[in-house]
Amino acid sequence: MVERSYEKFFRRNRLPHLWCPGCGNGIVMKAIVQAIEKNPSFTQDNTVIVSGIGCSSRASGYMDFDTLHTAHGRAIPFATGVKLARPELNVIVITGDGDCTAIGGNHFIHGCRRNVDLTVILFNNNIYGMTGGQASPMTPLGKKATTAPYGSVDRPFDACKLAEAAGATYVARSTAFHVQHLVKTIEDGLNNKGFSFIEALVQCPTAYGRRNKMGDPAKMMAWMRDNAVMKTAWDKLSDDKKTGDKFPIGLFYKAEAEPYDVAYTHVRDLAGGQRDVASSGRA
Amino acid sequence: MSARLMQGNEAIAEGALAAGVRFFGGYPITPSTEIAESLAKLMPKVGGTFVQMEDEIASMGVVLGASLAGKKVLTASSGPGISLKQELIGYAAAAEIPAVIVNVQRVGPSTGQPTAPSQGDVMQARWGTHGDHSIIVLSPWSVREAFDIAVKAVNYAERFRTPVILLTDEIVGHLRENVELPAEVEIYPRRTPKTSRAEGYEPYTPDDDLVPNVANFGEGYRIHVTGLIHDETGFPSGSPKVTREAIKRMNDKIARAEDIIEVHQEFMDDAEFAIVSFGGTARTAYEAVLNVRKRGLKVGFVRLITIFPFADKVIRKLAGKVKGLVVAELNFGQLVNEVERAVAGQCPVKLCAKYDMTIFEPEEIEQSIDELIAEVNGNG
Amino acid sequence: MRKQLRLSGSGGQGVITAAIILAEAAVSEGKQAVQSQSYGPEARGGASKSEVIIDDERIYHPHVKTPDFVLAMTQKAADKYFHDLNPDGVLILDDDLVPNSPDFKNIIRVPITKLAVEKLGKALFANIVALGVIVKVTKLVDFETIKKSVATRVPPHTVEQNMTALQLGFDAV
Repeated sequence: MVERSYEKFFRRNRLPHLWCPGCGNGIVMKAIVQAIEKNPSFTQDNTVIVSGIGCSSRASGYMDFDTLHTAHGRAIPFATGVKLARPELNVIVITGDGDCTAIGGNHFIHGCRRNVDLTVILFNNNIYGMTGGQASPMTPLGKKATTAPYGSVDRPFDACKLAEAAGATYVARSTAFHVQHLVKTIEDGLNNKGFSFIEALVQCPTAYGRRNKMGDPAKMMAWMRDNAVMKTAWDKLSDDKKTGDKFPIGLFYKAEAEPYDVAYTHVRDLAGGQRDVASSGRA
Repeated sequence: MSARLMQGNEAIAEGALAAGVRFFGGYPITPSTEIAESLAKLMPKVGGTFVQMEDEIASMGVVLGASLAGKKVLTASSGPGISLKQELIGYAAAAEIPAVIVNVQRVGPSTGQPTAPSQGDVMQARWGTHGDHSIIVLSPWSVREAFDIAVKAVNYAERFRTPVILLTDEIVGHLRENVELPAEVEIYPRRTPKTSRAEGYEPYTPDDDLVPNVANFGEGYRIHVTGLIHDETGFPSGSPKVTREAIKRMNDKIARAEDIIEVHQEFMDDAEFAIVSFGGTARTAYEAVLNVRKRGLKVGFVRLITIFPFADKVIRKLAGKVKGLVVAELNFGQLVNEVERAVAGQCPVKLCAKYDMTIFEPEEIEQSIDELIAEVNGNG
Repeated sequence: MRKQLRLSGSGGQGVITAAIILAEAAVSEGKQAVQSQSYGPEARGGASKSEVIIDDERIYHPHVKTPDFVLAMTQKAADKYFHDLNPDGVLILDDDLVPNSPDFKNIIRVPITKLAVEKLGKALFANIVALGVIVKVTKLVDFETIKKSVATRVPPHTVEQNMTALQLGFDAV
């Protein structure tokens, strides 16, 4: 029998999930709890899952932790509040490409800049799935969406490069196809003290794949298999080989920097502050 | 403690700290910035957290996250910033998260006249976000009262698990005057669950006062919080019945708490007319009342401290006793509509409005009173 | 007895700080005081004005309508803010920065900024020199009280220079 010990991390009475058959979101959600399971300092009672709005952000409702399903684009500010108010809690953010890089773009770069100790997992399905397939800032050039019926002419973000440039201290990419790699990538992100950003490519057969003639979910995952190149191999490729749909996965950036909650303790010290006595936080 | 000179905005910061606020998230905007500046200095001294966010929306989001994690929270802004915060003020109403939002009003709409006083955000305070939400709006007229109302706002936010708007204006926010602050204030503690997770705790089951005892994050309850309409479990529900009951309860919990309605009345025993005002304008209205009474006119002073829920009963009752009311407000006419609604035709209601960057002079309000008296007596 | 003052100049001259210190001094003597301000959108160089009302009774309406004393530290401020002076009031002008006296009966001209620059090396102290002048002219608060209020407000390492500035102003009229 297959070991399914990670199932305890789900609110089973809230399942089945609302995602379409063949959607990649479930794979990443499972990878998150498998990564959590490997880290003894993350428990169901000291870990908060914060999400925004969109298909991926519904994951929080299925996960048996303290969970916070916020407004569109706002997961990172809410998560920042949770983390700074209670630094001893582990805070994981689940977001999508539209949620994180369009309406939440400003919060994303500033979360990176502050190096708030969050692990942000962006489920990138290249489209607004919940609202039926509109173009997002991560829809590739030329791909079709209901709001880009002739193919997108908006140049897409590379969210990993954005995160690195903005100051995140752990930046990596994986896909729903590379499950073990994905789990390991998230696990390493959870271990990083600071702003960890993981882009997880997921297939959206309903709103993206179908419209762009990418075939069934299995074909979309085969596309991930065939086009993802591990970072180490990618770096050795000459530019003329980095063509077509090819894209790198793996760890892109890692740095040591003081997370924001620790940095703020210095402010308290400089202000001559004491441990809080009057706070109403714990009755 | 002896008197000292303090600014209204500083008093709000002091009041919030006294009430137990330990988390502030904000973004700079005149004329509210002194609140952020004061708390940047003071918050770390008491072990709290001050964070300057990237924008007004994030400032609102960060305080809501901190509130859910158990802190008493405050944010402050002015008109344009409050507009940006509205999305998450609605979230706080729906998810029932305690938070105090200070609006130090300036001339609008839009960038308007930065730093110039106005009271043009009255209806925004009530209806700024979308949907049939509940909210409490309080307004101080003095520096000392700014302190007291900051305490009250925090207590109401906690008691009702609702956003509370502390609606002040540039007049009071930037005014410095004598204050003596109390050594101690009454504090409403964070509500706590009455049952355990094992006993089937549901975070949004209302208590007797219709307010739920939502657990803080990190205390083992593993709750789900969402801006979607949810049932007592906290999880979204697509049911018309759940939706109806959720919206009704969120409104009723505040509507039925009549003890939060505060109206300051003076010179009303013999009053034939009265001036209704609030916030910084009430200071001028008070002087106007003193002046017209010196002329022998029987004019009373009515000041709304609680702007919303609106003091319907108080206004309706006094409208039955006087021959007419003047509503003085530093805008094009907003509160006057609420007053007229409550008065329901019992007596004439005259608007004394001003919207030119300057505050009222007592003579301007006196003139409105004189005109009203002439109109009433002429018609009578 | 109610006294109303208006301190005006351009942003950066410190008239708002001077007004706050004056109000603080009045409060520490047990009087009632309100201080309000208005400034242009620019932090420096814009028009700047601050008003103080001092009384034994509680002060409600905070706006100064008929000032008893006006301090003007620029020509523009002088021209703009002297009009509504109480006819028995006093207009205090910076001698160098306000070359043209407005048409008013009681004018006191003091080289406020010049004193600060010549004796203390910095125009920065002009507002405190002005405060010394105001205390002498208005007699609203004790000189000892204003010294204490200044000392509490200014950075510790500048207390000595500020005391000198205050004295310079006080002795200049």
